[in-house]
Amino acid sequence: MAQQNNTSQLQDQARAQEANDQPKAQHPAMEIWLMFIANRAALAAMLVLISIVLAAIFGPFFYPTDPFEMVWAPFTPPGTDGFILGTDYLGRDLLAGLLHGGRVSITIGLVAALMSVFIGISFGAFAGYYRGYVEEILMRITEFFQVLPTLLFSMVIVALFGASLQIITIAIGLVSWTAVARITRAEFLRIRELEYVTASRSAGATNFKLIFSIILPNALPPIIVQAALMVGSAILFEAGLAFLGLSDPNVVSWGQIIGSNRTYILDASYTVTIPGLAIFVTVLAISLIGDGLNDALNPKLRQR
Amino acid sequence: MSDILLDVRNLRVEFETRAGTMPVLDDISFTLRRGERISFVGESGCGKSMTALTMMGLLPAIGKIASGEIIFKGEDIANASEARLQHLRGNEISMIFQEPMTSLNPVFTIGNQISEVLKRHRSMDHGTAMQTAVNLLDAVKIPDAKTRINDYPHQLSGGQRQRVMIAIALACEPEILIADEPTTALDVTVQAEIFDLLRDIGARTNTAIILITHDMGAVRQMAERMLVMYAGRKVEEGPVQDIIDAASHPYTRGLISCVPHIRSDVSTLPDSLPEIPGIVPAITSFGKNQCLFAPRCTRVQQSCLDSKPVPTVISAPTRHQVTCWNAHGGTK
Repeated sequence: MAQQNNTSQLQDQARAQEANDQPKAQHPAMEIWLMFIANRAALAAMLVLISIVLAAIFGPFFYPTDPFEMVWAPFTPPGTDGFILGTDYLGRDLLAGLLHGGRVSITIGLVAALMSVFIGISFGAFAGYYRGYVEEILMRITEFFQVLPTLLFSMVIVALFGASLQIITIAIGLVSWTAVARITRAEFLRIRELEYVTASRSAGATNFKLIFSIILPNALPPIIVQAALMVGSAILFEAGLAFLGLSDPNVVSWGQIIGSNRTYILDASYTVTIPGLAIFVTVLAISLIGDGLNDALNPKLRQR
Repeated sequence: MSDILLDVRNLRVEFETRAGTMPVLDDISFTLRRGERISFVGESGCGKSMTALTMMGLLPAIGKIASGEIIFKGEDIANASEARLQHLRGNEISMIFQEPMTSLNPVFTIGNQISEVLKRHRSMDHGTAMQTAVNLLDAVKIPDAKTRINDYPHQLSGGQRQRVMIAIALACEPEILIADEPTTALDVTVQAEIFDLLRDIGARTNTAIILITHDMGAVRQMAERMLVMYAGRKVEEGPVQDIIDAASHPYTRGLISCVPHIRSDVSTLPDSLPEIPGIVPAITSFGKNQCLFAPRCTRVQQSCLDSKPVPTVISAPTRHQVTCWNAHGGTK
């Protein structure tokens, strides 16, 4: 009897040890974060992007010069007369323009990307889940948007409805959601056939539940990556439209600064180089983050 | 006969394919009583899983119920609305699947997934549902349920995942539990544990169990009645022990003889394991008006090729019946 007791005690002890030896399991989000910060380029890009966003948010408070006001002689080179980045062809302060313009450019990028993610997920999810004629109709609409020349289409929208911030954002969102729709549909087509979806269905889940809380969370990783990259391309798109003169005249954006100074590119190249660099660095940072997310969210690329 | 829970009558399910319409289930009938354990047996592609999916209303898009009735507690669910079926699934009829590795959603904790069913069918709030989930994990014998509840599926072993699946299936105390080859993907030692668990819980809650398997050993261990299927048709049905001792259909005999030690009398062991030559016919020939087992049958005769065999009752009290023109008689 005593022997038996001893055995069971030793067993318990061994079991406890075994439990201790097991690797501590982490929340999946934590794992992704660790994976992401292991990618040095992505981490650096994130720090850069955070400082750009902070500058855009808080910069105008610390540097309250109105970007539209003519404050000094035109074409003051950077660093002279107290103007760190100089002035443009109308004598407007470029640093003020850059800080205020950052707000607009980044906001347009975020909102337009959010909008295309929303449209894209709705189209892709329903098409991929329901198949059949629902898919036919939704994907034909998607293809219709896909074959339109994007720049031309958004120019038409802006020309028709006026060059206001909202219209420009909507125009950009409206031409860039097709990629999200296709990715979402592809993921849904794959995931809907998996056993845990059938298992959830056999547990009484409704279609709505299956789409949004069973399949969608599993389909998110590639969509998140695409969304991150889309913020960058939306900023570029806005800059392109503004360069062509299709920007809201009441707000400054990086693209608009380039657009309005483009005639003087040879005489005062810094007026277009500086906002151009701002766009370049921001978009590059976003792309690197998207890349890092791709590596972190793709289980096939995870080591171990 | 109020203890009849499920009464399937002349069920015929057809698949609409490019090659035309063909039956995958042809004239399937059986009854299931409260707390009874029945087993569907047959080779791969015989329609066992399809029968289960039909009862759940989860046929693939190309399939439809062509005729027949599925009467569950007096209600024909063969033509029930999707909303009605969603209410029944997981609540009155539950199912567990073959692959515990892929049957759980990887992005949610197991506690989350168990409580989900309770929230849906029992309208529990989150706290109560989680508490019930802990009790359920205890009931399916997962040690340290309180902390395991926050685990993700990838942190569990195959056997533990299947236990979680059972916990989900039993969460709402269903009348019927369909187990579709629940142990095929598991180790032999774990298989036995899962079967013990299913039997215990089934007996305790008086849940009827439909076990789908091709493992005769599992049938003997788990079920009271068995239903042997071949090419979408029922070939033999009766009490497990009667069929193992004296199978009437040549196919059933073949299946049983493929398993050593299964017959009560083990004195006569053959030198080599017998097999049934040939394979299950392709789905395209399922509709033919002949015995579909004929090409593989050792007792084939002209009538087998001329028309489809009709069920004959071997023993009325035990409801043992066989569908064969030239059945074995008596004990071998």
